[in-house]
Amino acid sequence: MSSPVPKSPEQSEKSRKYDRQLRLWGDHGQRLLENSKVCLINATALGTEILKSLILPGVGSFTIVDGEKVTEEDIGCNFFLEYESVGLPRAQIATQCLLELNPDVRGDYIDETAEHILSNTQNFFKNFTLVVATGVSEKVLVTLSKHLWECNVPLLVCRSIGFLGYVRLQIKEHTIIEAHPDSESPDLRLDIPWPALQEYLDGVNIEQLDQKEKNHVPPPVILRYYLNKYKESHEGKLPEKRVEKEALKQMIRDSGNSEEGKQRFVLDENFEQAIHYANSCVTTRAVPDHVQVILDDDCCTNLTQSSSSFWIMCAALREMVEAEGALPVRGTLPDMAADTNSYVTLQNIYQKRAQQQVEVIYRRASQIARNLGLSQETITESEVKYFCKHSSELHLIRGTCIADEYQKTNLDLTAYLEDPDSLIFYYVVLRGLERFIGEFNAYPGQFEDQVEPDILKLKGVIGKLLSEWGYSHALREERVYEVCRYGTAELHSVSSILGGCAAQEVIKVITNQYKPLNNIFIYDGINCTSASFCL
Amino acid sequence: MEEFQEGTQKRWIHLRNILERPGPFSRPEYVPSPEILEFLLTSCKVLIIGAGGLGCELLKDLAMMGFRHLHIIDMDVIDLSNLNRQFLFRHKDIGLPKAEVAAKYVNARVQGCQVVPHYCPIQDRSEGFYQQFHVIVCGLDSVPARRWINGMVVSLLCYDEDGVLDQSSVIPLVDGGTEGFKGNARVIVPGVTACIECTLDLYPPQVTYPLCTIANTPRLPEHCIEYVKVAQWPKDNPFGVDLDGDDAQHLTWVHEKAVERATQFNIKGVTYRLVQGVVKNIIPAVASTNAVIAAVCATEVFKIASTSLVPLNNFMIFNDIDGIYTYIYEAERKVDCTVCSNIPQLVTVEDPSKMKLKDLVELLRESPKFQMKSPGLTTTVNGTNKTLYMSTIGAIEKMTKGNLTKSLLELGLKDGQELMVADTTTPNAIIVKLAFKQSDTEMK
Repeated sequence: MSSPVPKSPEQSEKSRKYDRQLRLWGDHGQRLLENSKVCLINATALGTEILKSLILPGVGSFTIVDGEKVTEEDIGCNFFLEYESVGLPRAQIATQCLLELNPDVRGDYIDETAEHILSNTQNFFKNFTLVVATGVSEKVLVTLSKHLWECNVPLLVCRSIGFLGYVRLQIKEHTIIEAHPDSESPDLRLDIPWPALQEYLDGVNIEQLDQKEKNHVPPPVILRYYLNKYKESHEGKLPEKRVEKEALKQMIRDSGNSEEGKQRFVLDENFEQAIHYANSCVTTRAVPDHVQVILDDDCCTNLTQSSSSFWIMCAALREMVEAEGALPVRGTLPDMAADTNSYVTLQNIYQKRAQQQVEVIYRRASQIARNLGLSQETITESEVKYFCKHSSELHLIRGTCIADEYQKTNLDLTAYLEDPDSLIFYYVVLRGLERFIGEFNAYPGQFEDQVEPDILKLKGVIGKLLSEWGYSHALREERVYEVCRYGTAELHSVSSILGGCAAQEVIKVITNQYKPLNNIFIYDGINCTSASFCL
Repeated sequence: MEEFQEGTQKRWIHLRNILERPGPFSRPEYVPSPEILEFLLTSCKVLIIGAGGLGCELLKDLAMMGFRHLHIIDMDVIDLSNLNRQFLFRHKDIGLPKAEVAAKYVNARVQGCQVVPHYCPIQDRSEGFYQQFHVIVCGLDSVPARRWINGMVVSLLCYDEDGVLDQSSVIPLVDGGTEGFKGNARVIVPGVTACIECTLDLYPPQVTYPLCTIANTPRLPEHCIEYVKVAQWPKDNPFGVDLDGDDAQHLTWVHEKAVERATQFNIKGVTYRLVQGVVKNIIPAVASTNAVIAAVCATEVFKIASTSLVPLNNFMIFNDIDGIYTYIYEAERKVDCTVCSNIPQLVTVEDPSKMKLKDLVELLRESPKFQMKSPGLTTTVNGTNKTLYMSTIGAIEKMTKGNLTKSLLELGLKDGQELMVADTTTPNAIIVKLAFKQSDTEMK
């Protein structure tokens, strides 16, 4: 007897188009992306490269704000402009060229400077999911950053000059449910099994099984059996230290059969796997620090009507952790050597438990939402499912405001400035560059005959910045010189590197999946190196 | 003259500042001059291999970095699932050759650019074709194709009588690869730095499921799908042809059977998407990672072609799952590399009376050093050429099949015998030298 097969399992055109990325962030991540609205300030080469990597995967809509006209210089580094469009509004041409990339994306533009909009259209930027800014002056950046910080709209600032560049993310509060860590140990709960699991695990006496049964029994059952034996001979304590775990592993090893005629023990694959899991799966699964911080956060303990579903679910989770001492079980098993029936039975036990806990959190979170006077739809069961399954991956980022960084007189770089080769010095140089442009209304080295004098001027500006922050560190002079020789040069390939990086950070912020940059990334294309700093 | 003036256009100001002004990090021997840009614009020839996720980006990046004489080679046509990242293609282009559509688009957008498309496998082009390029850059998802082009650039190297490498015969190879949010870029200077073959162990083996698991103790939905793919399809042969992962009818059949099998074993989770993933061995891909890796490669091509900066030495890793992370290191040459070392490849044979030819073929396929696909072996016995085994040509396969079960001794092979081994992973046959542990004289 087979269950009914759906008539047409083939996917929709859209899910076929996005297939390769849906395997990364899923249909739920895609939905968030498709509902998002992104604003780009200035359609520089870097700006259009960022938008390209957002439009292709299907961002909901974009708006370009740019008061410039297309120049010949633009054509030399920006792929999303046309030679015939020199003199026309850059926002308009870039919008046209970019819209071609994906008919599912809506796009519009405003042929005005960001500065103009900031002072004339009060709530313009408030309506976006996120704002990206490239090529903005220090003055505009400070105003914009303050404004968006107040409206709680994330801001991503990016600059590309010559072989160098940076990405800076400003976000007040960001919560991540699925961090997608590279590797994870399985969530087996062998130390504190719930009754159904305990009954199954302890119902098997490994030593009484015949050879065939023995090599079919799932590794967690083996591990639990020897864990019990270990506890019996160690005053009921779990193995914690390395030597203790070694003792447990040795017990499993000793259970192997001695191969005829040879002086060694041969273990079946499932026993080998049990030994492997002994490293990470026998000690009590504590609530990870990054999750405990979230559960103890003010936002979790003092909910209000404006609390997000994340925090409401966290409040429900907090109650569960307080009552049970552990996070909900993940509910999935990695593949392991076992016969089909025992594996599937064991998997169902984990899955059933996970489903029960989802229901508990869902009921409780819905109740909390109701008590806050929020609507029924605030909490959805599917969101709770992801939340519970990934509860050990929850992360919270509280960012800093860029304007503070620019207005602070005591920017704390001490830890970073120790190493004279550190890329933090490019941050200092690029800050100097912005200050220079503000003061002299030109890029250092912009004019052929001014390169040498500009080096001196830029050095002066940087020296002043450093002393404003209270540092007397000397900068490697070549780095200042290098930036001066660039003049206004924006290298397409370098902008494309930074554009790709920046776009992915935007997608992380929008989907609440994967951990975004916190909070500044510096790229050095001369040496192909990079570094991140938290300012 | 006309071209030279073009180099002074405002459009090129970005490249001119970089190439015509001295820089503290430039190579010490680099002499800034307008001639460098002129060289990029008028003479420098670059080949892009692959017009997919990386290839589209590479083509755009290089065209914007002043390269005009670009060639792009790809044997594929455009599929709907390419459109989320291969940004030079539109819905109307589905089914058309990738190389041709990409070339046409970039030639129309970037004034003066002359991209030449090649809609064919890389194996269809000769040494003479590859020899014309200053730099070759790869955006491939296939390891065998990488190995093939790597073998090609190594085979183009010339050494003088004293064994000194003729620098003019060196064609640098820049290679990029991505998977999801991870990627890598590398620079290979053939004969100087580690080549693809030196670092073959960097490529993870394909995920395979043991046959006994999928047949007897399936546990995952993947096991059920794989069983239908490798066992049920050949047996039932529902459409009278090989399974084609791009044919919706085929996938629907596999899906249906896999669901049946999963139900029988109480296994949950067989979905159409998973079926597609397992049957086609799909690697997740996203626009941003492709943009980053291609642009890192293009920047290296620019450094190499302009000679202004020292290129990456020689491997960069990128990962933006948690923040943005990069790492560079120097991959080392393998002294006995099968491709770039000039050392004949010794295969030690324990007992030539026991080792069958099929064991040798197996060794060439399975050993980490060779990892061949379908090696064809020829040698010289008593002054005449003899084909020992070749699977790629039907008639010869039939003729030589019988040799597989013969021992090396029975085939008349001697200690120190040199075999020419041809394979899809290399453009030129590799010479394998047999070393018998027990020499034939000791044998009875």
